[in-house]
Amino acid sequence: MRTESVVVRYLALRAAPFIQLYALYVLGHGEDGPGGGFQGGVIFSASFVLLALAHGWPFGRQQVNEKVADILAPTGALIFAGIGVLTMLAGGAFLEYGAFAKAGAEDPEAARLAAQHIGLIGIEAGVMITVAASMAILFFEMSRPPRESKGNDA
Amino acid sequence: MVMESLLLLILVGLAIAAVRSRDLLVATSILGAYSLVIALLWCVMDALDVGFTEAAVGAGISTVLMLAAINRIGRREATAQGPVLKPTLFSMQQRREQLQQPDTRRPRLIKVGAVVLCLLVAMALLYGAQDMPQVGDPDAPANSNPDVAQRYIRDAMHPDASKNIVTTVLGDYRGYDTMGETVVIFTAALCVLLLLRQAPMRREDEGGTDAD
Repeated sequence: MRTESVVVRYLALRAAPFIQLYALYVLGHGEDGPGGGFQGGVIFSASFVLLALAHGWPFGRQQVNEKVADILAPTGALIFAGIGVLTMLAGGAFLEYGAFAKAGAEDPEAARLAAQHIGLIGIEAGVMITVAASMAILFFEMSRPPRESKGNDA
Repeated sequence: MVMESLLLLILVGLAIAAVRSRDLLVATSILGAYSLVIALLWCVMDALDVGFTEAAVGAGISTVLMLAAINRIGRREATAQGPVLKPTLFSMQQRREQLQQPDTRRPRLIKVGAVVLCLLVAMALLYGAQDMPQVGDPDAPANSNPDVAQRYIRDAMHPDASKNIVTTVLGDYRGYDTMGETVVIFTAALCVLLLLRQAPMRREDEGGTDAD
């Protein structure tokens, strides 16, 4: 899977950073518009898919370290669950982000909503990390070229 | 309404084209277009978050994953002309006829029965859909429950709350479900990793080709 077209290869290389930037935009604006962690993660991994399609599987694989992706995939889910545990430690229910609010705030309702924003951003980031790493793993494992000679990958 | 009907008609056309295509690469490409039309349909119905997800996942990543699978299994669907038929079960005359007309292998009764069954199920679904509320009907039971939907909408309209109700529901009211969804994605990646990642060969000196 490697295209010979110089135009496609060049554009893929130049578009990838912007796709990743857009993924972060989608993550950051998920609270105020359509989008969020899931979509952001998928778009982020799509940049690596584009690179692998245009420049070949080995080049794409080089951009996504295998071990890093393997570690990041469960890390995102753990961030999500960890925020839930933190809210419990702060005295609330599981994933009750309002528990992060300071007790002696002037306006308890505003403090609760501000804490909710923080919690939402945290879990969305966790979702994005898991989804981006998982999609990268899914793509690179499913499209792995058959081994031609012995021991050419480690 | 016109827009939705047009998109639904395109959907039906794309679905028939995908089913009729014997080339899996063509069928996959058509399914990608199908997902994109569904994404447009969600946007027409004001479900922007769903449309966004459908475009990114359905038209993007899913299509690529299916292409990767085709890369492994080959792009041609098996036909009756392949090695499916055992020559010993058929006389040469029958086999020659079947080779000339590969699609008439199934008995007519099964074909007619399938059509009748599909029509019956379609009629049952249409009958059941008559009782469904209109899209976005404020009086529908799902939207008028004062303790669930009404409360979500009222609380999410607070000026300091996040402006996207979908995010509020997914992350806040249904945070536990969203966590499960994230774990499901991770589990899928884990299963593919365990099944497909080839372990580095350690027993090369024994001369075995155990990797395949």
